[in-house]
Amino acid sequence: MVKKMKEHNDELDCSGMNCPLPILKTKMKIDTMDNGDVLRVIATDPGACNDMPAWTSRVGHELVESCEEGDKFVFYIRKGE
Amino acid sequence: MGERKSMAIIASKGTLDWAYPPFILASTAAAMDMDVKIFFTFYGLPLLKKKIKAKVSPAGNPAMPMKMPFGPKAFQGFNWPIPNMVSNNVPGFETVATSLMKKTFKNKGVATVTELRDMCEQLGVEMIGCQMTMDVFGFERDEFIDGVNIGGAATFLEFAADADIQLFI
Repeated sequence: MVKKMKEHNDELDCSGMNCPLPILKTKMKIDTMDNGDVLRVIATDPGACNDMPAWTSRVGHELVESCEEGDKFVFYIRKGE
Repeated sequence: MGERKSMAIIASKGTLDWAYPPFILASTAAAMDMDVKIFFTFYGLPLLKKKIKAKVSPAGNPAMPMKMPFGPKAFQGFNWPIPNMVSNNVPGFETVATSLMKKTFKNKGVATVTELRDMCEQLGVEMIGCQMTMDVFGFERDEFIDGVNIGGAATFLEFAADADIQLFI
Protein backbone atom coordinates (compact mmCIF):
# COMPACT_ATOMS: atom_id res chain seq x y z
CA MET A 1 0.00 0.00 0.00
CA VAL A 2 1.38 3.36 -0.95
CA LYS A 3 0.60 6.02 1.59
CA LYS A 4 0.06 9.55 0.43
CA MET A 5 3.12 11.52 1.33
CA LYS A 6 2.69 14.67 3.34
CA GLU A 7 3.81 17.88 1.74
CA HIS A 8 7.39 18.78 2.38
CA ASN A 9 9.96 21.21 0.99
CA ASP A 10 13.03 19.01 1.20
CA GLU A 11 14.10 15.50 2.06
CA LEU A 12 17.04 13.87 3.83
CA ASP A 13 17.83 10.16 3.75
CA CYS A 14 19.71 8.97 6.83
CA SER A 15 19.26 5.27 6.09
CA GLY A 16 22.07 3.15 7.50
CA MET A 17 23.38 5.91 9.75
CA ASN A 18 23.77 5.32 13.46
CA CYS A 19 23.59 7.64 16.47
CA PRO A 20 24.22 10.57 16.48
CA LEU A 21 24.50 11.02 12.69
CA PRO A 22 20.74 11.28 11.88
CA ILE A 23 20.39 14.18 14.32
CA LEU A 24 23.60 15.92 13.17
CA LYS A 25 22.71 15.59 9.47
CA THR A 26 19.14 16.76 10.12
CA LYS A 27 20.41 19.78 12.04
CA MET A 28 22.82 20.71 9.25
CA LYS A 29 20.15 20.26 6.59
CA ILE A 30 17.42 22.23 8.34
CA ASP A 31 19.85 25.11 8.94
CA THR A 32 19.87 25.65 5.17
CA MET A 33 16.06 25.87 4.97
CA ASP A 34 13.60 28.72 5.66
CA ASN A 35 11.45 29.05 8.77
CA GLY A 36 8.16 27.19 8.33
CA ASP A 37 9.60 24.79 5.73
CA VAL A 38 9.00 21.09 6.29
CA LEU A 39 11.84 18.56 6.05
CA ARG A 40 11.14 14.88 5.50
CA VAL A 41 13.77 12.69 7.19
CA ILE A 42 14.12 8.97 6.58
CA ALA A 43 16.08 6.88 9.10
CA THR A 44 16.70 3.24 9.91
CA ASP A 45 18.17 3.78 13.39
CA PRO A 46 15.47 2.85 15.95
CA GLY A 47 17.15 5.24 18.40
CA ALA A 48 16.03 8.11 16.16
CA CYS A 49 12.41 7.52 17.29
CA ASN A 50 13.25 8.96 20.70
CA ASP A 51 16.11 11.22 19.63
CA MET A 52 14.18 13.16 16.99
CA PRO A 53 11.40 14.45 19.32
CA ALA A 54 14.02 15.18 22.02
CA TRP A 55 16.00 17.24 19.54
CA THR A 56 13.05 19.10 17.98
CA SER A 57 11.58 20.08 21.36
CA ARG A 58 14.96 21.34 22.57
CA VAL A 59 15.71 23.49 19.52
CA GLY A 60 12.19 24.70 18.81
CA HIS A 61 11.29 22.87 15.62
CA GLU A 62 7.96 21.09 15.29
CA LEU A 63 7.78 17.34 14.77
CA VAL A 64 4.67 17.38 12.62
CA GLU A 65 4.45 13.64 12.17
CA SER A 66 6.49 10.50 12.60
CA CYS A 67 5.61 7.13 11.17
CA GLU A 68 7.01 3.79 10.11
CA GLU A 69 7.15 2.88 6.46
CA GLY A 70 8.25 -0.73 6.13
CA ASP A 71 11.59 -0.99 7.90
CA LYS A 72 12.14 2.77 7.84
CA PHE A 73 11.23 5.58 10.19
CA VAL A 74 9.96 8.79 8.62
CA PHE A 75 9.82 12.18 10.33
CA TYR A 76 8.26 15.42 9.13
CA ILE A 77 9.87 18.40 10.83
CA ARG A 78 8.73 22.01 10.45
CA LYS A 79 11.51 24.49 11.00
CA GLY A 80 10.86 26.83 13.92
CA GLU A 81 12.06 30.39 14.51
CA MET B 1 12.03 25.14 23.50
CA GLY B 2 14.08 25.72 26.63
CA GLU B 3 16.63 28.38 27.45
CA ARG B 4 20.08 28.04 25.95
CA LYS B 5 22.17 25.47 27.83
CA SER B 6 25.88 24.78 27.99
CA MET B 7 28.08 21.74 28.50
CA ALA B 8 31.67 21.39 29.69
CA ILE B 9 33.54 18.13 29.04
CA ILE B 10 36.96 16.93 30.13
CA ALA B 11 38.32 14.35 27.67
CA SER B 12 41.09 12.50 29.47
CA LYS B 13 41.32 9.17 27.65
CA GLY B 14 42.90 8.37 24.33
CA THR B 15 41.77 4.89 23.32
CA LEU B 16 39.37 4.51 20.40
CA ASP B 17 36.43 3.41 22.56
CA TRP B 18 36.88 6.36 24.93
CA ALA B 19 37.44 8.81 22.07
CA TYR B 20 33.81 8.45 20.98
CA PRO B 21 31.79 9.72 23.98
CA PRO B 22 33.23 13.28 24.11
CA PHE B 23 32.78 13.85 20.37
CA ILE B 24 29.31 12.20 20.20
CA LEU B 25 27.99 14.20 23.14
CA ALA B 26 29.65 17.46 22.10
CA SER B 27 28.42 17.34 18.51
CA THR B 28 24.89 16.37 19.57
CA ALA B 29 24.77 19.05 22.28
CA ALA B 30 25.90 21.65 19.75
CA ALA B 31 23.17 20.42 17.39
CA MET B 32 20.76 20.98 20.30
CA ASP B 33 21.87 24.62 20.42
CA MET B 34 24.07 24.22 23.48
CA ASP B 35 27.38 26.03 23.95
CA VAL B 36 30.01 23.32 24.28
CA LYS B 37 33.65 23.29 25.27
CA ILE B 38 35.87 20.22 25.56
CA PHE B 39 39.09 20.32 27.55
CA PHE B 40 41.56 17.70 26.27
CA THR B 41 44.05 16.61 28.88
CA PHE B 42 46.53 13.79 29.52
CA TYR B 43 45.80 10.83 27.19
CA GLY B 44 42.87 12.69 25.68
CA LEU B 45 45.11 15.41 24.24
CA PRO B 46 46.33 13.39 21.20
CA LEU B 47 42.69 13.37 19.99
CA LEU B 48 43.40 16.92 18.83
CA LYS B 49 46.26 15.84 16.58
CA LYS B 50 45.69 16.28 12.85
CA LYS B 51 45.57 12.51 12.39
CA ILE B 52 43.82 10.54 15.13
CA LYS B 53 45.66 7.28 15.81
CA ALA B 54 43.51 6.02 18.70
CA LYS B 55 43.46 2.26 19.21
CA VAL B 56 41.41 -0.13 21.29
CA SER B 57 43.25 -1.47 24.31
CA PRO B 58 42.37 -4.58 26.32
CA ALA B 59 44.10 -3.04 29.35
CA GLY B 60 41.45 -1.92 31.81
CA ASN B 61 38.72 -3.62 29.78
CA PRO B 62 38.77 -7.13 31.26
CA ALA B 63 35.22 -7.86 30.03
CA MET B 64 35.81 -6.51 26.53
CA PRO B 65 33.90 -8.67 24.04
CA MET B 66 35.23 -9.21 20.55
CA LYS B 67 32.87 -9.02 17.59
CA MET B 68 33.59 -10.36 14.15
CA PRO B 69 32.56 -7.86 11.47
CA PHE B 70 32.04 -10.52 8.80
CA GLY B 71 30.27 -13.85 8.30
CA PRO B 72 26.69 -14.92 9.08
CA LYS B 73 24.60 -12.83 11.48
CA ALA B 74 24.83 -15.33 14.37
CA PHE B 75 28.61 -15.42 13.95
CA GLN B 76 28.78 -11.60 14.00
CA GLY B 77 26.49 -11.44 17.03
CA PHE B 78 28.61 -13.77 19.11
CA ASN B 79 30.75 -12.24 21.85
CA TRP B 80 34.12 -13.93 21.58
CA PRO B 81 35.56 -14.40 25.03
CA ILE B 82 39.23 -13.49 24.81
CA PRO B 83 41.26 -14.68 27.80
CA ASN B 84 43.31 -11.88 29.37
CA MET B 85 46.30 -14.13 28.86
CA VAL B 86 45.81 -13.68 25.12
CA SER B 87 44.61 -10.08 24.93
CA ASN B 88 47.34 -8.73 27.18
CA ASN B 89 50.28 -10.73 25.95
CA VAL B 90 49.91 -11.54 22.28
CA PRO B 91 51.86 -9.01 20.17
CA GLY B 92 49.64 -7.20 17.67
CA PHE B 93 46.43 -7.89 19.57
CA GLU B 94 45.63 -4.18 19.83
CA THR B 95 46.04 -3.70 16.11
CA VAL B 96 43.75 -6.63 15.32
CA ALA B 97 41.15 -5.58 17.91
CA THR B 98 41.25 -2.00 16.59
CA SER B 99 40.70 -3.01 12.99
CA LEU B 100 37.86 -5.37 13.94
CA MET B 101 36.16 -2.64 15.99
CA LYS B 102 36.56 -0.04 13.24
CA LYS B 103 35.07 -2.47 10.72
CA THR B 104 32.15 -3.28 13.03
CA PHE B 105 31.49 0.44 13.56
CA LYS B 106 31.51 1.03 9.82
CA ASN B 107 29.12 -1.89 9.22
CA LYS B 108 26.73 -0.43 11.78
CA GLY B 109 26.77 3.05 10.23
CA VAL B 110 28.72 4.64 13.08
CA ALA B 111 30.77 7.69 12.11
CA THR B 112 34.53 7.64 12.57
CA VAL B 113 36.03 9.66 15.42
CA THR B 114 37.55 12.02 12.85
CA GLU B 115 34.16 12.59 11.20
CA LEU B 116 32.58 13.37 14.56
CA ARG B 117 35.42 15.76 15.40
CA ASP B 118 34.92 17.52 12.04
CA MET B 119 31.24 17.94 12.85
CA CYS B 120 32.08 19.32 16.29
CA GLU B 121 34.17 21.96 14.53
CA GLN B 122 31.40 22.75 12.04
CA LEU B 123 28.85 23.06 14.84
CA GLY B 124 31.00 25.47 16.83
CA VAL B 125 32.28 23.24 19.64
CA GLU B 126 35.30 24.88 21.26
CA MET B 127 38.23 22.54 21.82
CA ILE B 128 40.87 23.40 24.37
CA GLY B 129 44.23 21.67 24.63
CA CYS B 130 45.90 21.35 28.02
CA GLN B 131 49.14 23.36 28.12
CA MET B 132 50.62 21.28 30.94
CA THR B 133 50.05 18.02 29.05
CA MET B 134 51.68 19.55 25.96
CA ASP B 135 54.75 20.36 28.03
CA VAL B 136 54.86 16.91 29.68
CA PHE B 137 54.38 14.90 26.48
CA GLY B 138 56.32 17.30 24.27
CA PHE B 139 53.54 18.28 21.85
CA GLU B 140 53.72 21.42 19.71
CA ARG B 141 50.76 23.64 18.81
CA ASP B 142 51.17 22.98 15.10
CA GLU B 143 50.61 19.23 15.60
CA PHE B 144 46.97 19.99 16.43
CA ILE B 145 44.07 20.87 14.15
CA ASP B 146 43.38 24.56 13.51
CA GLY B 147 41.05 26.32 15.87
CA VAL B 148 42.27 24.60 19.03
CA ASN B 149 42.76 26.95 21.95
CA ILE B 150 45.43 26.21 24.51
CA GLY B 151 44.73 26.71 28.19
CA GLY B 152 44.88 25.34 31.69
CA ALA B 153 42.61 24.30 34.52
CA ALA B 154 41.36 27.83 35.14
CA THR B 155 40.37 28.25 31.48
CA PHE B 156 38.16 25.17 31.75
CA LEU B 157 36.76 25.95 35.19
CA GLU B 158 35.81 29.49 34.24
CA PHE B 159 33.43 28.03 31.64
CA ALA B 160 32.45 24.93 33.64
CA ALA B 161 31.38 27.02 36.64
CA ASP B 162 28.35 28.25 34.73
CA ALA B 163 27.78 25.18 32.56
CA ASP B 164 24.55 23.21 32.95
CA ILE B 165 26.26 19.89 32.25
CA GLN B 166 29.79 18.95 33.32
CA LEU B 167 31.28 15.62 32.37
CA PHE B 168 34.61 13.97 33.06
CA ILE B 169 35.34 11.33 30.47
